[in-house]
Amino acid sequence: MSETRILQKKSLGELFAKLTAAGQRLLAPVKEGELLNFAEVKTPEQVALDYIQTRSSAKLATFPPYEPLLRYKFNGKDVEQQPAEPDKRPTVLFGAHPCDAASFATLKAVFTWDSQDAQFETRLANLTIIGLACKKADAYCFCTSVGGGPGDTRGSDMLLTPIDAERFLVEVLTPKGQAVVAAAPQLFTPAGNETKDKVLAKVAPRFSADKLKEKLPAAFGNNAVWVEQSLRCLGCGACAFVCPTCSCFDIQDERNREGGTRLRCWDSCGFSLFTLHASGHNPRHVQSERWRQRVMHKFSYQPERLGVLGCVGCGRCSRTCPVDMNLAEHAQALAEMKA
Amino acid sequence: MTKMATPPGAAPAPGDKPANLYVPYRMRIAKVTDEAPGVKTFRLEFVDPAEAEKFTFKAGQFGEYSVFGEGESTFCIASPPTRKGYIECTFRQAGRVTSALADRDEGDVIGFRGPYGNVFPIEQWHGKKLLFIAGGIALPPMRCVIWNCLDLRDKYGDVSIIYGARTVADLVYKHELADWGARKDVNLSVTVDPGGQTPDWKGKVGFVPTILEQLAPSADNTIAIVCGPPIMIKLTMPVLAKLNFKPEQIYTTLENRMKCGVGKCGRCNVGKVYVCKDGPVFTMAQLSQLPPEY
Amino acid sequence: MEALQKKAKALLESGAVKVVIGFAAGTDAQTARPLFAKTPEQTAKLVWDESCKQNLATYLLKPEVKALGKAAVVGRVTTARTVMQYAAENQIADDAAVLLIVSDDGQITELAKFADIEVYLAKVPRGLPAEAQKEIERLQAMPLEQRWAFWSAEMSRCIKCYACRAACPMCYCARCITDVNQPQWIPVATDPLGNLEWNIVRAMHLAGRCVDCGSCSDACPQGIRLDLLNRVLAQEVLTSFGGEPGYSTRKEYALSTFKPDDKEEFIR
Repeated sequence: MSETRILQKKSLGELFAKLTAAGQRLLAPVKEGELLNFAEVKTPEQVALDYIQTRSSAKLATFPPYEPLLRYKFNGKDVEQQPAEPDKRPTVLFGAHPCDAASFATLKAVFTWDSQDAQFETRLANLTIIGLACKKADAYCFCTSVGGGPGDTRGSDMLLTPIDAERFLVEVLTPKGQAVVAAAPQLFTPAGNETKDKVLAKVAPRFSADKLKEKLPAAFGNNAVWVEQSLRCLGCGACAFVCPTCSCFDIQDERNREGGTRLRCWDSCGFSLFTLHASGHNPRHVQSERWRQRVMHKFSYQPERLGVLGCVGCGRCSRTCPVDMNLAEHAQALAEMKA
Repeated sequence: MTKMATPPGAAPAPGDKPANLYVPYRMRIAKVTDEAPGVKTFRLEFVDPAEAEKFTFKAGQFGEYSVFGEGESTFCIASPPTRKGYIECTFRQAGRVTSALADRDEGDVIGFRGPYGNVFPIEQWHGKKLLFIAGGIALPPMRCVIWNCLDLRDKYGDVSIIYGARTVADLVYKHELADWGARKDVNLSVTVDPGGQTPDWKGKVGFVPTILEQLAPSADNTIAIVCGPPIMIKLTMPVLAKLNFKPEQIYTTLENRMKCGVGKCGRCNVGKVYVCKDGPVFTMAQLSQLPPEY
Repeated sequence: MEALQKKAKALLESGAVKVVIGFAAGTDAQTARPLFAKTPEQTAKLVWDESCKQNLATYLLKPEVKALGKAAVVGRVTTARTVMQYAAENQIADDAAVLLIVSDDGQITELAKFADIEVYLAKVPRGLPAEAQKEIERLQAMPLEQRWAFWSAEMSRCIKCYACRAACPMCYCARCITDVNQPQWIPVATDPLGNLEWNIVRAMHLAGRCVDCGSCSDACPQGIRLDLLNRVLAQEVLTSFGGEPGYSTRKEYALSTFKPDDKEEFIR
């Protein structure tokens, strides 16, 4: 259903104003000291448009670091419960790269297979994604190894490609994308023969995700490989937390004398406590087993079970890792391993 | 409170609209039984009778039981679906939530979400002999299916139960063990570990796998249901193999660290399987396909 | 670099160590990654420059690394201080590891026995890095409300990934305070006040133990200057109690050692 338009960069201010007037909250990459992260914005001046990658992903638009599930008040021996209302605020995620736009499909698969998690689904239903194609990439990017690319349209409602200093080529991809055009139709002028391929970054594929998926089940028992790859891993949660497709969570209660909240918060299979039983038994009691789980889950188990890859090649995990655990490098090594 | 697509507490059904999957039923503790040191059974009744009316479950399923303010913990439903109006759970005090539960009294309200998980396929077992093998605190997940089958006794052949614990004091459901032992249509063997017997102990002495080997039940037209600590399972499987039980004939219920119970949080993943959705009931044939991470 | 590679190779060839823990080139020019060189040939990958930040002594307590056998660790003065503090805390035996300390001018000193490490450390200049000192002075010059606003803003960025804890060689507790849930001392969710609580508690648990390696803030994905908390407390411990961790094997926790001539009246 894709149609193309042209949007002048100098029109962004008016577009933001129109979207805000229509009741949309705007999330975009913003400079936070030395880093970029997604935050609420009002004007395009606040937005970093010429970037390779933000530190943390945009998954917080649908799956925030923590959120209440249930609130309760103690009432003698009983309680009064108040289920948390899902967040219905209409939101535009502006300027996320194609890797981030594609990541929501993986999150959706987890949160809506078999049963539908309203906290997630409501946010996603009210989210419009205006993606930003990539003119630059770095050594950490590997979107093309996992079915994506610098100009990939998957997951975007509208994809902007900066074709020159003044203009974006606009691909209107979904009804939500059309609604953005309808909010300020005069800003979206007809496109001619402009194409995006000339300006897109070149990201050479490093491995085949399909081939990796085939190899991994047999690699499970090759303990030496997992130990070798994870020897430097410190067992923190940085990779999982910045990752756009990691969705594991913990459920905790916090209370005072009057009542409390049951909330969920991000968790990571890399933490030693993740699978620890109260008895002391831990099915993944060494870091190499937890590293193996990370790789197997993203590249084998999730594709098998839910039909989605658990990785979009954004490279955040590797950029963030204090000891440079480069996922693409490790994945490539596994894909190329002799049987 | 807004009307939701799925009622609070209830396990979502496929095709349900998006819902808050984490809101528990309120359950009143109707009865507390001290089973063994650190082990209690709660009989729970729905605070809301309308919820009690609508609630159904099948043998093998579990729930997330919670103390408001402390958190949730995963236990099987230890009472059979053939008994209406209440559910039971049995737990050992081990951590934060179970300690808080152990502190609750009759009349207190706790939370329950469920029923979750898959079920023991007891209809497929009609006409077969049943061999239940359990150790220690693993009798609760079996108690549900044992009673379910005994409540439909004429559908099954011989029913044998082998149950063991470390010491006499650690045996749970002592009252029921007496009931089962007294029944003519049940072969019950209760054992304690060597050294765990009291002077007046009249039952067997020996580890469960040892007793199983001594009793040497036939595998012919028999379903074995085994549940126990990892070491007991590890030593019981070879005995069953020697007795010619095929992996498809042996069922177990897997305990794994769980949180959401509905296949979202990722904690209980073993390979591509969600123990909370594809389990906790598995045959040994199915388990052997899984990575050994449980 | 060549001198380092040569020394490392010699240690492996002679069988003096089974593994040399150093750095190799990482994904890009600004990044190095820990290297576990188990053969003399692998030492050719060793590098040493400003991108080599993580305090590698932390691996000496990691079971998977201990399993490799006796190790040599490449590092700086702070790495040597780490081993001294490990010794004071009964985490490592004398002569259990070899240190290859590279000074700012590229000199490599090989040390193994605690006594030798102590002698070496006695000669190196002490004090906080100039940049950290300046930042601390800037913060301490702020009025309280401004300083509170600064730290609240910093801590609101914390994502509770615990990279700081994982990178810190002194955070080796088998069960961290934040993992204790009876009671849950530190809230798990990334509530800004809870984040501040986590970072302050960690700094307090490190007071008198922190060896000033800066791995915590290097590791922080959000670029939070939590090293400044540790460095301020290190200064406090020095001025109030006279203690500086990691210079000897004597355990002298400022916060849990009583001396009859303590200058505070209330405790005497």
